[in-house]
Amino acid sequence: MTAPSPNAANADILVVDDVVVRFETQEGPVTAVDHVSFGVRQGEFLSVIGPSGCGKSTLFNVIGGLIGHTSGVVSVGGETIDSPHKSIGMVFQEESTFPWRSVTDNVAFPLELIGMPKAQRIERARHFIALVGLDGFENRYPNELSGGMRQRVSLARTLASEPKILLMDEPFAALDEQTRLLLGDKVLQIQQQLKQTTLLITHNITEAVQMSDRILVMTYRPGKVKRIVDIDLPRPRTSEIVGSEAFGRYVAQIWADLREEASRGMRDEEEHTLHHTGGAS
Amino acid sequence: MTMATATPPRRVRLSGALPALTGLGTLVAFFVILEILIRSGGLNRFIVPPPSEIIASFPRIIVEEQVLSRFVMTLTECLTAGVMLTVFGVAGGVLMHRFKLLQQACETWVAALASAPVVLCYPLFLVIYGRNAWTIIMMGFVSALPPVILKTLEGISGTRKVLVNVGRSFNLTPTQQFWKILFPAALPTIFVGIRLGLIFALINVVGVEFLINFGGLGQLINELAERYDLAGTYAAICFVVLVSVMFFMVLEKAERWLTRAE
Repeated sequence: MTAPSPNAANADILVVDDVVVRFETQEGPVTAVDHVSFGVRQGEFLSVIGPSGCGKSTLFNVIGGLIGHTSGVVSVGGETIDSPHKSIGMVFQEESTFPWRSVTDNVAFPLELIGMPKAQRIERARHFIALVGLDGFENRYPNELSGGMRQRVSLARTLASEPKILLMDEPFAALDEQTRLLLGDKVLQIQQQLKQTTLLITHNITEAVQMSDRILVMTYRPGKVKRIVDIDLPRPRTSEIVGSEAFGRYVAQIWADLREEASRGMRDEEEHTLHHTGGAS
Repeated sequence: MTMATATPPRRVRLSGALPALTGLGTLVAFFVILEILIRSGGLNRFIVPPPSEIIASFPRIIVEEQVLSRFVMTLTECLTAGVMLTVFGVAGGVLMHRFKLLQQACETWVAALASAPVVLCYPLFLVIYGRNAWTIIMMGFVSALPPVILKTLEGISGTRKVLVNVGRSFNLTPTQQFWKILFPAALPTIFVGIRLGLIFALINVVGVEFLINFGGLGQLINELAERYDLAGTYAAICFVVLVSVMFFMVLEKAERWLTRAE
């Protein structure tokens, strides 16, 4: 394991430097992300893991440019960003396909935005549909697909925009465990094939270890970097790796870190509930 | 080891036609009971004529009262009001979504207008437009506008946040965000508003035709009622129902086509 670098190296394609996110709430200011710094290298798969309430999704939204940050810098390829950036493609936790568009039209959406001719964008969309393993479903609508297939459509749509960095916020959270493992295999395969720099936000340790080159463990509120873990497992990886001894060791190490934070989060929530319901009966 | 072969139950094969047949059967049974009650003196035939007399009066109504041209006139008035309320109602809802001040200032008033008996304002419309089709169309339009505005607003405001965020992540301009995400996402709800609006429009169009004794089927019903031609009056009412059915069949087809993927 390595300690978090206070400032990310210049070679990193994505740099999050000393980022603080503070919200004003009815109960006063809340620090969701507290002086977080890390970098993501070209072609790397980095996961951010932490208990519920650690600011993972806030960090996702800040990097994606969907919300602002109180202080610090987020930059892509040296360019500071404070709004959505064409270099970053986002895959969301919630189902986000457009129900009024077919699979092809969903995937072709970013290509339509850049004014690519129809024939060309359909051909391009079909390439990404095949990449996520949805050949034969090109003309179907999202309501005819399963949850896992819809997430693959969302992934293909984001990949079609050819982002430098793929940013995913718990994309498999709503899926069952088996689908989640198999989709993890698919994402890994695509990531290796495209050499796609990927940042995955998750609370699933198995998923993080299965896919990542490094895992950034966050503390419970306020969200800070607790540790960065290098995952030294051979590639190419598949879900079969979850049964290996080395895999188990990484899971145990990360769980040891997370357990303390998750317990703290649970206690905090219990106290919060008691406070708002006027004490235990 | 033997395997049981599954045969589809008879019930399943019948299910397609059964609801339609049941509906038709219920209607026929209702008319038969009505006929029996009237002929046996259970119901006063000077208040409700027997269904057989209503059916018998159809040829007379069609030939002597030019019911078809009146039917076309009422349908045209309804369609004109429908097109206007779709254009202005949807635009109104969009504007109220776009400008929060407008929404906060007007939403309650528009909702109140939806339940107000706007038809009582027909003398004002008569003064403004005169005794012609525009009075009828405008009455239909004004009374049907609120549900379209409110449902458009509800549809756009109710667009799932994640879809808006997808648009933002692709750096959509506000115009692109509206046409490519908000509007298509809101379309099913907008259609509910248009459907409601058309019901209001149809009721008001026929009602005002009746009140000002001008135009299509409403005027015909008025004239026949004045002559105390009960069978003819009810036959004309059947044509109003026919306008309504045709109207909604077309709308349903359009709705299915536009929201086929939902």
